Amino acid sequence: MRVGFVLQEVGTGLRRNVTLTVAVIITVAVSLSLFGASLLVRAQVGQMKDYWYDRVEVSIFLCGDISDAPSCSDGEVSKEEKDKIREELNNLKPLVETVYYESKSDALKRFREQFKDSPLADTASEDQMPESFRVKLSDPTKFAVIAAAFIDRSGVEDVRDQRASLERLFKALSGLQNLALVIAAVMLVVTGLLISNTMRVAAFSRRRETSIMRLVGASNWSIRFPFLVEAAFAAILGTAVAVGALAAGKYYLIDQTLASTFTFTTFIDWNALYAIIPILLATGIGLAVVAAGITLRKYLKV
Amino acid sequence: MIRFENVTKLYKGASRPALDDVSVDIEKGEFVFLVGASGSGKSTFLRLALREERPTSGNIWVAGKDLNKLPSWKVPMLRRQIGCVFQDFRLLPNKTVAGNVAFALEVIGRPSSEIKRVIPNVLELVGLEGKEDSYPNEISGGEQQRVAIARAFINRPAVLIADEPTGNLDPETSVGIMKLLDRINRIGTTVVMATHDVAIVDQMRKRVIEIDTGHVVRDQARGVYGAGA
Repeated sequence: MRVGFVLQEVGTGLRRNVTLTVAVIITVAVSLSLFGASLLVRAQVGQMKDYWYDRVEVSIFLCGDISDAPSCSDGEVSKEEKDKIREELNNLKPLVETVYYESKSDALKRFREQFKDSPLADTASEDQMPESFRVKLSDPTKFAVIAAAFIDRSGVEDVRDQRASLERLFKALSGLQNLALVIAAVMLVVTGLLISNTMRVAAFSRRRETSIMRLVGASNWSIRFPFLVEAAFAAILGTAVAVGALAAGKYYLIDQTLASTFTFTTFIDWNALYAIIPILLATGIGLAVVAAGITLRKYLKV
Repeated sequence: MIRFENVTKLYKGASRPALDDVSVDIEKGEFVFLVGASGSGKSTFLRLALREERPTSGNIWVAGKDLNKLPSWKVPMLRRQIGCVFQDFRLLPNKTVAGNVAFALEVIGRPSSEIKRVIPNVLELVGLEGKEDSYPNEISGGEQQRVAIARAFINRPAVLIADEPTGNLDPETSVGIMKLLDRINRIGTTVVMATHDVAIVDQMRKRVIEIDTGHVVRDQARGVYGAGA
């Protein structure tokens, strides 16, 4: 098969079915945008997990004189109790990576920093702040070990895992991501069906050519090849549109809006987008070629 | 060149076979008329020889190949050795005369230098010099059939199968087409032609095979259209 001849056939085919080709390009673009978006969300969630789990701590809040937890019935935590807790934490190495004691004045400083734009910052006083041990674990999933050791002990008001509150956030995010994946999967199936239908119409509109090709002894492969190239061409264009849409989304939604609003976390960079381009391209072309190939087997039989 | 050995073809859902235990042997270089009423099985015979259909039972050899044993990926190679001409010409309306003939070579991947070289020869053979750049709707039916014959012949096939090639043409034009087919036959090509054209068959005096309701009822060298004449 000569390249020039194949290209000429492909060009004829695309011109003849221009509306269907455009429909294929659009559905490929929409489904791959969704698919790509869900991949990017996953990358984002992964990055946030790395970022946050690296920073989460277990907080052991100690009883103050205003605490009303049952374990605080003896009043404010004593120095002996604090020393005991610190010693036990040190014995839990290497699970316990670092232990940091936060005094009431440290806690107030942090509180004022967190609420610096709010009137709360001015009304808070040192007495209202809890003392605490901030414990960083080498394996953040082993929170239960710390909780079992220190909860309900006299002088400890509460043991809290920051990871638990993050987990809820990540659960919501991965729910969103799964939803996007499901929609993308449905769209990909629709795209496959549309491509298959388009190929059927293309095969029908060129049945004269293909019947002559069969008669003069063109191989199966050379009869189907122009159709496959057509499908792949539409898929590549659709993928390009999808990549463009994702790049625009990344630029306007993340770089221009989210990144400046939510400074407490990092966002995916352009490399995350570059990384999924081959996946999208392979999915788009693969889908088109498989859908077209199955249809053509049926309609362009020797 | 074409050998049918006890070939039966029963189409799905049909009550009687389209061909019933047919045995025919066509030698290399022969010119054979296939005659019979519509639905007698002529077209089935041709389709089986082209391996567009496969027999229900029996063996078929074409150009030295046992079609029952021929793997489907080799079918295109078989068809390159068989030229085909039809009643409805089957030309591509958006291609010129030269383009239609070239198409047959392009789709089997011949280099364009070769195509440019052989097209003028074959167009001259069929008597279409000067019409290279005309489109099918600009030329007469007889000329269109000549284009189809040129396309069928350009690969120098061993066999030329013609399914009622004069069915759409007036008697005078038909004579011209028959002269052309005769010429192609004289070059050494086996020609098998299904037809209803009494005048042509009677005039040419070639071998006649008559098929009726799936049976070969007559196989006569230098025969005529009607039986008993």
